[in-house]
Amino acid sequence: MVKKEFTVITETGIHARPATLLVQEASKYAADVQLEYNDKQVNAKSIMGVMSLGIAQNATFTITTEGNDEEEAMQGMEDLFNREGIAN
Amino acid sequence: MASLLTGIAASNGFGFGKASILVEPDLSFEKQTIDHVEDEIERLKAALDHTQDDLTKIRELVSKKQGEENAAIFDAHLLVIQDPELIGSIESKITDEKINAEAALKEQSDMFVTMFESMDNEYMRERAADIKDVSNRIMSHLLKVTLPNPGLIEEESILIAIDLTPSDTAQMNKDVVKGFVTDIGGRTSHSAIMARSMEIPAIVGTSNATAEIQEGDYLIVDGNNGEVIINPSDEEIEKYKQLAASFEAKKAEWALLKDEPSISKDGVQVELAANIGSPNDVDSVLNNGSEGIGLYRTEFLYMESNNFPTEEEQFEAYKTVLENMDGKPVVVRTLDIGGDKTLDYWKLPEEMNPFLGLRAVRLALQEEDIFRTQLRALLRASVYGNLKIMFPMIATLDEFRKAKALLDDEKKNLQTEGIDISDSIEIGIMVEIPSTAVMADQFAKEVDFFSIGTNDLIQYTLAADRMNEAVSYLYQPYNPAILRLVKSVIEAAHAEGKWAGMCGEMAGDEIAIPLLLGLGLDEFSMSATSVLQARSQIKDLKQSDMKELAEKALAASTSEEVVELVKQYTV
Repeated sequence: MVKKEFTVITETGIHARPATLLVQEASKYAADVQLEYNDKQVNAKSIMGVMSLGIAQNATFTITTEGNDEEEAMQGMEDLFNREGIAN
Repeated sequence: MASLLTGIAASNGFGFGKASILVEPDLSFEKQTIDHVEDEIERLKAALDHTQDDLTKIRELVSKKQGEENAAIFDAHLLVIQDPELIGSIESKITDEKINAEAALKEQSDMFVTMFESMDNEYMRERAADIKDVSNRIMSHLLKVTLPNPGLIEEESILIAIDLTPSDTAQMNKDVVKGFVTDIGGRTSHSAIMARSMEIPAIVGTSNATAEIQEGDYLIVDGNNGEVIINPSDEEIEKYKQLAASFEAKKAEWALLKDEPSISKDGVQVELAANIGSPNDVDSVLNNGSEGIGLYRTEFLYMESNNFPTEEEQFEAYKTVLENMDGKPVVVRTLDIGGDKTLDYWKLPEEMNPFLGLRAVRLALQEEDIFRTQLRALLRASVYGNLKIMFPMIATLDEFRKAKALLDDEKKNLQTEGIDISDSIEIGIMVEIPSTAVMADQFAKEVDFFSIGTNDLIQYTLAADRMNEAVSYLYQPYNPAILRLVKSVIEAAHAEGKWAGMCGEMAGDEIAIPLLLGLGLDEFSMSATSVLQARSQIKDLKQSDMKELAEKALAASTSEEVVELVKQYTV
């Protein structure tokens, strides 16, 4: 299991485009990808789960990946956040 | 039997085709207990596959016709049908409760819809509509009924709808959609503006088109006169085909003027510019021979988004417009929200008189961060073309100075960050409040240009709400009071060596053009599709005659007298 904490930098929070990108990326991997925010945990491959959290700018959240490609999955998520200026 | 329906002529031209009605089919079903769970899950999977095909096809089409930006909303829809939580929960409902796929889908999607609708975030409430949309699409495949897909229409059609949403118009295929007719809306509503920019004849505000017109009826849309003829006779079709042909011929004649300057018979040159709402409109601007953009309504960037557009998104939009205009002037109006223009994701306080309330620059000065983001995006884009920045709804010099100070401040910030900014950006204001028109001589010392916004100037001068039909008789563009204000604004600009333009509906109006030419207006900004017609009109007018006309009109006592004078002078 790989676990990492991030802080949202995009002004809009994890809405719309950032949420779409996040779910698209998570869905690329076989590993289970979970997103935890404010004591709630959702499946990061679920657009409704991710959006229901309503993660705003400056909030911190945790990504957990578990499965054969958990390392790649975490790297993929991290690259996406950096590339798109979503979180760091 | 042919019948006639009238509405507001929103976009000119003639359209012929079969009615395609955009209304939801019946999606009701009975909840049933099922015996074969496996079969039911297969049925659900098949419906999901069909839905995915639909959405992929629409997405592709929209991306091709309208650009990747408009297509992106369908990515979210695609993710909803692939959502493991949603699909998983529907499947377990079928398995555990042994109910049909329709019932399981409805119960689960309703649950998510309720959850999103109850969130205290406007954006999240909007997402409820997405889930409903997708769930209806899946349901239609389960029930084997057809949902209206404006993007998938393949036969020449006239679209009939209560109203058209941005996602409807974004999907429209111009090759087959020959016109549209809506129940609600006015000349400045979204659907009307889209129709003009797509150059599709349209009639809005018919109030009962969806009730009067049946799917498959043959229709003629006369966008010049705001009339729809339902199931016309052969003679009528013939008559309208001729009208359409002569309109096309006139358009072809105007088209010859595309690369010509806009010069009056006695050699006075003016600038004919176009109003746009999005970078997608630039093609139409250039195809119609506009000499610039006199009004870029940036509020559509905000209204068509689900959240505040970021500096980067705005920068890209402004840069695209400036680059495509290739050095021709582009007047960008800063955020004009409030009044009748609202944002789903930003609730403004309820006001007794929103048109007299917190809107446009008043709001921008109060919400500095939002304003600064836009100003930064504009300044960064300035090096890609000939940018002019215009502040809307300025009532006092103090407001202008404050807005300009913020602009200068961001300019300094960007320069410190090492970012290039054009050093020749003109800064101007919209003149739409009588106090500003009256004080134009003072403003002219500080601004680089004026652009007269007649829609609001008329409403404020005659104190008549332009959305209120009961007082629509007071919406009088030719009233001498308006002409006198316009005159003093133009004179004030010229006295300081500045220029004066106009970007309201009036600037493209056949009756107003002779008056405005006579009053010395420098720039006329209108719907792109009106530009060539205006150029052709101006070519046949002598400014010296129009000066005489304008003088008489200024001394007239009523709007009717002015119209009479124009007729005398232009026959």
